[in-house]
Amino acid sequence: MLEIKNVKKAFNVGTVNEKIALNGLNLTLNDGDFVTVIGGNGAGKSTMLNAIAGVWDIDEGSIIIDGVDVTDMLEFKRAKYLGRVFQDPMMGTAADMEIQENMALAYRRGRARGLGWGITKKEKELYKQELKKLDLGLEDRMTSKVGLLSGGQRQALTLLMSALVKPKLLLLDEHTAALDPKTAAKVLELSDKIISESKLTAMMVTHNMNDAIKHGNRLVMMHEGRIIFDVSGEEKKKLTIDELVEKFTQSSGTEFASDRALLSK
Amino acid sequence: MSVLTSIINSLPGAVAQGLIWGIMAIGLYITYKILNVSDLTVDGSICTGAAVCVMMIINGYSMPLALLGAFISGMLCGLATGIFHTIMGIPAILAGILTQLALYSVNLKILGKANQVLNASKYDLLVSLRNVKGVPLYENAILITALLVLAIIAVLYWFFGTAYGCSLRATGSNLNMSRAQGINTKMNTVFGLMLANGIVAFSGAILAQYQGYAEVTMGRGAIVTGLAAIIIGGAIFGKISKNFAVQLLATALGGVVYYIVYQIIICIGLDADLLKLLSALVVAVFLAVPYIKSYYYPKYKKKLMKKNIKKEGAANARN
Ligand SMILES: Nc1ncnc2c1ncn2[C@@H]1O[C@H](COP(=O)(O)OP(=O)(O)OP(=O)(O)O)[C@@H](O)[C@H]1O
Ligand SMILES: [Mg+2]
Repeated sequence: MLEIKNVKKAFNVGTVNEKIALNGLNLTLNDGDFVTVIGGNGAGKSTMLNAIAGVWDIDEGSIIIDGVDVTDMLEFKRAKYLGRVFQDPMMGTAADMEIQENMALAYRRGRARGLGWGITKKEKELYKQELKKLDLGLEDRMTSKVGLLSGGQRQALTLLMSALVKPKLLLLDEHTAALDPKTAAKVLELSDKIISESKLTAMMVTHNMNDAIKHGNRLVMMHEGRIIFDVSGEEKKKLTIDELVEKFTQSSGTEFASDRALLSK
Repeated sequence: MSVLTSIINSLPGAVAQGLIWGIMAIGLYITYKILNVSDLTVDGSICTGAAVCVMMIINGYSMPLALLGAFISGMLCGLATGIFHTIMGIPAILAGILTQLALYSVNLKILGKANQVLNASKYDLLVSLRNVKGVPLYENAILITALLVLAIIAVLYWFFGTAYGCSLRATGSNLNMSRAQGINTKMNTVFGLMLANGIVAFSGAILAQYQGYAEVTMGRGAIVTGLAAIIIGGAIFGKISKNFAVQLLATALGGVVYYIVYQIIICIGLDADLLKLLSALVVAVFLAVPYIKSYYYPKYKKKLMKKNIKKEGAANARN
């Protein structure tokens, strides 16, 4: 489903701030994989997801989604393969537009946008049904502007939108980090539900080791722009946080630097 | 003649001119409110539209064709700014200033000299300031411009409800989200600039016919007049409904109010030279309102709260 081959990406090349964010990254995802991604601050997790989404060009290597080489494809063109939820709840929805209009935008992802109506009656019914799944009462506020919603509501809506048209790959970048614990748990549960119901292939970056172990069928750990640990199946299920921390120290030769990760044990 | 009668006499002209500037403001609304870019191209493109229209009519083209020519010339102005902005990466404001400056030369070349007269008795024009009163309805400049405004609003209302129109609105609201949903944000930004400047140039063409000439300086400060119309219209009529058509209508009516005030200022003998200074100040104040609200108001509230707490504390102490 996804092949990342020897990808390199450096920022601020030629300045004192030069930073190699991805350094020969390799990763292959199988159809239906739900991978959790962990690693310290600056390990390159977001950069990996941005590289897949095509936010900028990569320096070297190639990225293949479901057999299609997207390495040189512009971000908006790749979007038809991808569902994305960002860390910042403001980023995934258009605040000045109605809830239903936002969904209509997502419903047309990967299709031509012509001079037909931007939203039809039939669609509205579909959106209502979908919104009911969230259990947030949004189905009764379909004409409200998204800017009026709370961060958690917006994040739940973004999640729903990302899977409205089944993506080949769902990218979740710490999408619960900005939410309060209760809302975070709810959005996470919803992510699980959507991924399993639609049998999506997904990558979820998280700083919470518990979540990383509990969710998905595979776990990868990143360090200095590479994957240093990759575990799946039964082996992953049996993993403990202490083992993970030890693994990190072993593989990277440093202490696990992220205090956030340790805090969220 | 008393001041009051002179105001009343000049009112029809003010309304007609206000409506024409209302069309311009509707064009500006597209970039300023929907696309979320401040497009300074308009100072030049309004004159380009006027120049193209006047020269086409003088050279024997029919008036409707001249209006179409003006619209297209405006779209080309927007295209220039769009290319500067999206392909060459120049910030939108600067891109607009560059186009505006370049257009000064272009407009001079189109007109051949600093101004060109368009004689209303020689050509068949859509509107003329001679026809604001005392003419049959179908020739009445106010009625005709009002109908134009309504037609433009109707077309835009339809357009921004289409799937493509929605993607333009999304582009203005959230670039990241738009790209993630597969929207070509660069292309949309360019098209939005083209559409907006097409409408602005169209209003310039109407204005040239109305006043009977086009001159190379006629667009100076147009953006401020347009913003004033958007702001005044939004403040007076914008609260009626959030409906997009109502918002556009409010913008056009904002232009009318602006010109009525302008006329009153002239009639009561205030120095009309000061008007641009006044409009700039008024627009500056209104543009500052959101910032003042978000920056100073919470501080003010905090202060107030502290005062109240103190008062309460004092009251409690007394009890
Ligand atoms: N657009 C950018 N410009 C410059 N440097 C960048 C950019 N994006 C990322 N970096 C740098 O690349 C490195 C990897 O960043 P990245 O955001 O991928 O880390 P991360 O693993 O997501 O970390 P975190 O857990 O803090 O989110 C960091 O040193 C970061 O400063
Ligand atoms: Mg990150």
